[in-house]
Amino acid sequence: MAKERSIPAPMANPETEPFWAAAREGRFLIKRCTACGKAHWYPRACCPHCMSEATEWVESPGRGTIYSLSVMKRAPEVYAVAYVTLEEGPTMMTNIVECDYDSLAIGQAVQIAWRPTAEGGPPYPVFKPR
Amino acid sequence: MTIKGKAYIAGAYEHPTRLAKDKSVAQLHAESALGALRDAGLTKADVDGYFCAGDAPGLGPLAMADYMNLTLRHLDSTDLGGCSYIAHVAHAAEAIAAGRCSVALITLAGRPRSEGHSGATPRIRGADAPDTQWEFPTGVATVNAYAMVAARHMYQFGTTPEQLAWVKVAASHHAQHNPHAMLRDVVTVEQVVGSPLIATPLHRLDCCVVSDGGGALVVVAPEIARSLKRPLVKVLGAGESMKGQMGGDVDLTYSAGVRSGPAAFAEAGVKPADIQYASVYDSFTITVVVQLEDLGFCEKGQGGRFVADGNLISGVGKLPWNTDGGGLCNNHPANRGGITKVIEAVRQLRGEAHPAVQVKDCRLALAHGTGGLLGSRHGAATLIMERE
Repeated sequence: MAKERSIPAPMANPETEPFWAAAREGRFLIKRCTACGKAHWYPRACCPHCMSEATEWVESPGRGTIYSLSVMKRAPEVYAVAYVTLEEGPTMMTNIVECDYDSLAIGQAVQIAWRPTAEGGPPYPVFKPR
Repeated sequence: MTIKGKAYIAGAYEHPTRLAKDKSVAQLHAESALGALRDAGLTKADVDGYFCAGDAPGLGPLAMADYMNLTLRHLDSTDLGGCSYIAHVAHAAEAIAAGRCSVALITLAGRPRSEGHSGATPRIRGADAPDTQWEFPTGVATVNAYAMVAARHMYQFGTTPEQLAWVKVAASHHAQHNPHAMLRDVVTVEQVVGSPLIATPLHRLDCCVVSDGGGALVVVAPEIARSLKRPLVKVLGAGESMKGQMGGDVDLTYSAGVRSGPAAFAEAGVKPADIQYASVYDSFTITVVVQLEDLGFCEKGQGGRFVADGNLISGVGKLPWNTDGGGLCNNHPANRGGITKVIEAVRQLRGEAHPAVQVKDCRLALAHGTGGLLGSRHGAATLIMERE
């Protein structure tokens, strides 16, 4: 496996701290609205679908499929940026790792993986083929 | 209220520089402003409205208005990314129609080339933006955000790299006639798809240039336009919108042009088939394909077929497009291509485009762009203009 690039630390804020705290325990949380019932991404206190404040963190198994992707060739370490559609519905921007970059495809099934981030930041959610 | 016929573009100027190591950004704004005012036959003393966006140094419009020592009664620093200046023309027309100003100056300038910017380097678009902590760690660069749109378009509609390449080929055919263009060599489809992959599926020649430079526009009230010795370029209609990730319901197959375009056509009272010349933002080849579909020049998914075989080349195809060479070959000042789109449309309507690319008796033109990142969140603005 080729050397992976260093991932910058995500800058948590009070609204998102529970996500990154759970990430440190290896748990992947997403937000769901108890008013409209819909899950969303990226996580917000206020539901982007119905604007209710009644959102809750729920743990996700982190399974999904690649919606689109772009392999960055013009970088010291090649990496893949992708949108992954989770089984719960929302599509999130992420990376695909532990893969053959040339054979990655839209529609491919993936599962969550975690990567450490720079400066002791919380782990960042990425995906690998399953 | 409508802005139809309420304002005219009297001045347009594209700074000739593409590399400005010896100039400041404020200086490039002012030089562009001077060029547009001279073009209109007006002076700084006539300006009572000023418009700029995020490329302007300092706080909103304040620093640049002070630098140029303008006396104003209307200011607007709406920032929709690269298409801001297209929206500014509409906002200027609204302000003029409401009596808030009568001579509106719009400026853009930047020196990303001198400063070593690249669309292949991830950059933070606001450390406090709510999406930054989720997306910046992915290493998403500008080119990736457009490449993912291209990848999805290919997957869903069968669009090919060769079809995308035709957009660049058309731009290069036009740029050969523009002495200021950064890239003046005509290229072939084979050269585009044979150029190095930057971010799959986009090649180097699918990407626009990085250039220093600037541009300015002067939008005036009808009675002022008629008092000047310039052809009358009337604002007919406009629209603006934005599109994001919709809470996770991501759909990369269309842009906010699906809203800005129809709004502009409805206000202007014309349809896509009436447009004789179109400036459509070409940050990347895929940007043009998606926007042409969304504006209604072809069906959704047919953009690749529409742009192929020289259909965008003036004098060859059905839709003469970006006859200055666009962002792909001519100029992309401040990494924001909106103002040059309006400027070339004005040249076409005045009959002042290069004779080799001038559309015969061009009376109806469109300028359209997106700003921000097409694949995550972007603004869109559409403007329809008529030669009176």
